[in-house]
Amino acid sequence: MTDHVGREQSCLAIGALHALYGDSHVLQGVSLEVARGEVVTIIGRNGAGKTTTLRAIMGLLDKRSGSINVWGRQVIAEPPERIAKLGVAYVPEERGIYATLDVTENLLLPPSVGPGGMPLDEIFRLFPNLRERRRSQGTRLSGGEQQMLAIARVLRTGARLFLLDEPTEGLAPVIVQQIRNAIDLMRKEGHTILLVEQNFRFAQRLADRHYVMERGRIVDMIARADVASQAARIQAYLGI
Amino acid sequence: MATTSAGPVQSQTRFSALFAGKLRVPSIAIYAAGLAVLAVAPFLAYPLFLAKILCFCLFACAFNLLGAVGLLSFGHAAFFGASAYVAGHALKVWGLPFELAALIGTAAATVLGVVFGFVAIRRQGLYFAMITLALAQMIYFLALQVPFTHAEDGLTGVPRGYILGLFNLNNLYVLYYTTAVIFLVGYFLIYRITRSTFGQILKAIREKEPRAISLGYRVNDYKLLVFVLSAALAGLAGATKTMVVQLASLTDVHWSTSGDVILMTLLGGSGTLLGPVVGAVLVEMLQFYLADSGLPIQAVIGAIFIVCILLFRRGIVGEIEHMLASKRGESLS
Amino acid sequence: MSLQILSGQLLVGLINGSFYALLSLGFAVIFGLLGIINVAQGTFYMLGAFGSWMLLNYAGIGYWPALILSPVIAGAVGMALEKTLIARVYKLDHIYGLLLTYGVMMFIQGMFVYWFATAGRPYPVPFDLRGGFDLGFLFLPKYRAWVVLASLIFCFGTWFAIEKTSLGRTLRAATENPQLTRAFGINVPALLTFGFGAGVALAGFAGVLAAPIYSVSPLMGGELVITVFAVVVVGGMGSILGAIVTGLGLGVVEGLTKVFYPPGANMVIFVIMFIVLLIKPAGLFGRER
Repeated sequence: MTDHVGREQSCLAIGALHALYGDSHVLQGVSLEVARGEVVTIIGRNGAGKTTTLRAIMGLLDKRSGSINVWGRQVIAEPPERIAKLGVAYVPEERGIYATLDVTENLLLPPSVGPGGMPLDEIFRLFPNLRERRRSQGTRLSGGEQQMLAIARVLRTGARLFLLDEPTEGLAPVIVQQIRNAIDLMRKEGHTILLVEQNFRFAQRLADRHYVMERGRIVDMIARADVASQAARIQAYLGI
Repeated sequence: MATTSAGPVQSQTRFSALFAGKLRVPSIAIYAAGLAVLAVAPFLAYPLFLAKILCFCLFACAFNLLGAVGLLSFGHAAFFGASAYVAGHALKVWGLPFELAALIGTAAATVLGVVFGFVAIRRQGLYFAMITLALAQMIYFLALQVPFTHAEDGLTGVPRGYILGLFNLNNLYVLYYTTAVIFLVGYFLIYRITRSTFGQILKAIREKEPRAISLGYRVNDYKLLVFVLSAALAGLAGATKTMVVQLASLTDVHWSTSGDVILMTLLGGSGTLLGPVVGAVLVEMLQFYLADSGLPIQAVIGAIFIVCILLFRRGIVGEIEHMLASKRGESLS
Repeated sequence: MSLQILSGQLLVGLINGSFYALLSLGFAVIFGLLGIINVAQGTFYMLGAFGSWMLLNYAGIGYWPALILSPVIAGAVGMALEKTLIARVYKLDHIYGLLLTYGVMMFIQGMFVYWFATAGRPYPVPFDLRGGFDLGFLFLPKYRAWVVLASLIFCFGTWFAIEKTSLGRTLRAATENPQLTRAFGINVPALLTFGFGAGVALAGFAGVLAAPIYSVSPLMGGELVITVFAVVVVGGMGSILGAIVTGLGLGVVEGLTKVFYPPGANMVIFVIMFIVLLIKPAGLFGRER
């Protein structure tokens, strides 16, 4: 299920992606495309392979085959550090806040991968809680603060393609709002976002398109304009 | 840690996975052939040398028993050597017959096994290996200082005496067959331990310890029991060795002996019962031939270690079993 | 038992403790970063000492340049080893890493014994550090004071680098979560190589410091690594500071034991390890890994 996005416009293009996690054939031929500046989500039930797809893009999966193009460059066989240096940032579902580093160290750790990274004071303006907690050890933060930190970390780097895995999972509405603001800001900057999100309400207000994933394959794609009319189908996909 | 990708570590690569799946039982034919070889060997080669090799075969098998619960000890020389000294002292100074000396030596190794095991079992994997090495080093230093060992000179001229009061162990054939019987008894014991229900429990502990714990098994008790058994059999090997070569020395408690027995098991195949036997034969023969060659023995052993770890983890018998199993269309992992 | 004997042994204990600390520190860095038990840590100590000896006798390069050159060479050898051999076992059960470094230790030590035989070769105390200070209760040789000072500087310098600098921050991140750290664009494999090199360079540095004291032999350091095991088990495997403090402390304890109960001196560290394992298995400074 691909959109025909022109090559110059293509930020991310995946074709026939197969991946193994241990012995299980998790991705069975995933194909999708994301144009520059788009916000696209992958929705689907648990276990469909959404997280695995993001990890595959980031090069964090050993056994993958197929084609992954980032800004026209084939990265299927590249190690994660090279993919990151192309300007790709990954915010994992578990957030990955380093326990042995404090908040400021967590923020400063990721190196710059492109121009236009958000300076530290602007980040603190976006997420005031982080300024308060900037000397706390990573483990001392609440779930919401960790999520904010995880996003703030990658905003600093100058990345232009963001892979976000369940950024609002388990968070209070007031934090979800802050995250929405951050994503809006990223979009205004012209960045591209691929979002995995179970919370469809959150996703639908942000995304231009939604890919539906089921059992390791993309089975459908729903554009923003069609969301209202396809509501029943979407609910069926999500098992609600 | 700084290792794997996302995803579980593949079963082939786990050390304990070398014991995984079905431990193929070598067929009756192989065992019959082995017994035949054992019976005629002293007429084909020097019985004294063969007897010494058999001691190390038993030592390696005893060491490998720990692998059944997924543990690797780097200090097994402590049990081997302590028993070697104690049995030697019993033979030479107390003038006891060999059966008693072997018993006392084995008992000493068993006690040491209980004491060390109690402390070492608390940790796993790498820590366990490090701790066993450090504990064994303590025994080495003890051996260096305690007068009855005669330090660098060693306990020499240990008399062999009679076995069961009947047969003169100075007769090399008697010596050989006695040693062979001891080896077979030890091997059989290990065979029974790993084949029984007890062995099944060990396998469960080795492969899915959290599950075994949740099923109510007192895992640490099992590990300790296996550790002590392993130590005891290593002690039996050490006592017998002293009788065979009439010498107990610092080498017996040195860390390089611990390393040697690991190499034997690795080379022969740690997931198998016959592997350590094969490995012990090979390593002993290697050391024998290297001794006169002028080549640096330690460096050669080190090189073999490296090659085995990188390319040959299943070991000889392990590779053979793997090939046979894949021919049969089964998978070992 | 006089103050002289006591302070004399205390000094010996401090010196040994300094070496234990340096070796254990490098060992702990390697274990933290790579998850590998480097049984060859003592071998790199030997290589450092031999390096300085060879630099002096083959190239006429003296102590002070050797103090920098020899550890660098040891580090380079270590990095080559990491890239060619050790990196291959990361995906395996880490017990194989231990066995591999054991093989490396045997090989290198075996080759050096083959080339240089086992007799110790002397290495002269550098001219500037000859003589000593008469403190009344103790004659403190300048060189020995230097050894303790240099070790302390390097130990705490390393600790500082790890805890306070951006490189240290990156190392700590890579230790904790190597995959995610790579996803940020940090070349973790190169960091691991560097980390291994740094860890063995510390051992090499200790070797250069030791050369004038203990004379240079292929067998030096062979059993030192077993003491390092005991030190890190007592101190706690995850802790850099623990390795330093425990190394120094156990060295001093060993020295004191030599005064009060000489036969127990080489065993005391292991006895302490035994007791610590009974009471606090994670080690004195340890966090359960």
